[in-house]
Amino acid sequence: MTRFSDLAIRTRGLRKVFRGKVAVRNLTLDVPRGEVFGFLGPNGAGKSTSVKMLLGLVFPTSGQAEVLGRPAGDVKARREVGFLPEHFRFYDWLTPAELLRLHGRLYGMAQGVLRERIPKLLDLVGLTPHRDKCLQEFSKGMLQRIGLAQALLNDPELIFLDEPTSGLDPFGRRMVRDIIKAQRDRGATVFLNSHLLGEVEITCDRVAFIKDGEVVETRALGEAKESAVVIRTGKVTAEMVKGLAQWTSSAQYADGRLTFSLSSNAMLPEVVRYLVSTGVDIYEVAPQRLSLEETFLQIVGSDGGM
Amino acid sequence: MKGIWIMAGVTLNEAARKKMLWMALAAGCAFLILFGTGLHFQAKDFAKHGMSPILRREISFTMLTLGLYAVDLLAVLMTILTSVDTLSGEIASGTIQAVATKPVPRWQVLIGKWAGFVGMLTAYIAVMVGGVNAVTYLMVGVTARHLVSGFLLMCMESVILLSVTFAFAAHFSTLTSGILALGLHGLAFIGGWIEQLGAITQTPRAVTVGVIASVMMPSEALWRRAAFEMQSPLANAIRVSPFSTLSVPSMSMVFYAGVYMTIALAFAVRRFSQRDL
Repeated sequence: MTRFSDLAIRTRGLRKVFRGKVAVRNLTLDVPRGEVFGFLGPNGAGKSTSVKMLLGLVFPTSGQAEVLGRPAGDVKARREVGFLPEHFRFYDWLTPAELLRLHGRLYGMAQGVLRERIPKLLDLVGLTPHRDKCLQEFSKGMLQRIGLAQALLNDPELIFLDEPTSGLDPFGRRMVRDIIKAQRDRGATVFLNSHLLGEVEITCDRVAFIKDGEVVETRALGEAKESAVVIRTGKVTAEMVKGLAQWTSSAQYADGRLTFSLSSNAMLPEVVRYLVSTGVDIYEVAPQRLSLEETFLQIVGSDGGM
Repeated sequence: MKGIWIMAGVTLNEAARKKMLWMALAAGCAFLILFGTGLHFQAKDFAKHGMSPILRREISFTMLTLGLYAVDLLAVLMTILTSVDTLSGEIASGTIQAVATKPVPRWQVLIGKWAGFVGMLTAYIAVMVGGVNAVTYLMVGVTARHLVSGFLLMCMESVILLSVTFAFAAHFSTLTSGILALGLHGLAFIGGWIEQLGAITQTPRAVTVGVIASVMMPSEALWRRAAFEMQSPLANAIRVSPFSTLSVPSMSMVFYAGVYMTIALAFAVRRFSQRDL
């Protein structure tokens, strides 16, 4: 069992109602320290409101939320938190170095530390050649990069990244992946809110699926709860397919391929034994892992819950 | 408390970088040149008509008060127009999110911004009041009676409007806040003139209406007190000036204005600290 002190984020029954409209219904979530945690859900599921409640930007209607062992929004906890908002906007009359210096001062960082840290961060996000330009001259992708740099400025224990690859080219997306990996390697917790499921699949240790303001499922990536199976066979009769009902209700046979899904891979040998006992020739057994996108659609529903 | 200084610095820096302050000062210089030109021709006419020194002095004082009155109106507009977007605009655009998630209490963010504007507006009023006074002195040899008191009262008027604008902007959108702040000052402005006219026509009930307007928003009352402090003693004694001296706001009204300002600022802090961003 995870101890509270091992949790970077802990929420219980978190709820937010805006003028009678429920944005977050009942958010109960545990995010252990050191994990890269994906927060997935369709538009309007309450992801951004949840993140804002955890950061103290939005006050919950009811429920509890702790961040790094302190109440959400606590000023001391914020010292250890970095945040990249979905649409990063800041004073666009500043240069990137000035922006980072200002943020560093708000974090209470010493001038000497900032003098060393700022050039390294600008280099990390590829903005060194643009260090003397004002942010108003920046493209969306460049703004996203400087936003990412400010989220990492204080070497935070917990980093909230809300759609971090939004507006970035493939090089930028690769950079974000590398940065997330580096943060995990140094022991930081990353809370990633993204629509790009491929990115989440590559970077996250665990994901939570949220629908209608509620976590409907949390699972470790790689831990496939349900798997699809394709078996290349000789002729399979309708009678034989019916016989598979004790393991699966989705069996279909066409063009020498028997496809079905199983709630556990442990059932697969039994199914194969059954098929062999009925005299079917088996040429190939290929368990298929569901992609995160398929899992997402299965859990959240193809209508996106809207 | 460091957050206050940082945010005050950001606000001043923004005013300078966005050329707000410089443009206001450039417009102020144009105003001073126009005012000086007017005074120059006035002074020439004094000599031509062989006007008595007392009358010359009173006309010069009236010109000075007129100039200061124009500065007061400019300061009112400058206060509301420059500050109205700083909270509501940043809330609407999401700019505030990156600041409000830093380890600085929200009240420090708000007070820092407020302090930055107080600094900027004080500098603006100082340049403009000092400029009008200096031009008048150079052209016609007249200077405001209690310049410092008048200047401080004009600054206080600006700070009251700033605090009220912040209180509205912590709750409403930029446009609504601007309309409310200007509307409230307009109420005080009209109330002030009703009080003046009531005093001329000796209508106590009209004076009471003006006093009620000052209680609702004491900004205009501060200007009238400032004008009283800066005008010539003769104009104050015989009550002939169009500027304010017929019904002079008391020091109790000035104290009340201080309390009003504090309450408006406290409301802004409370609302900003408790609202969703």
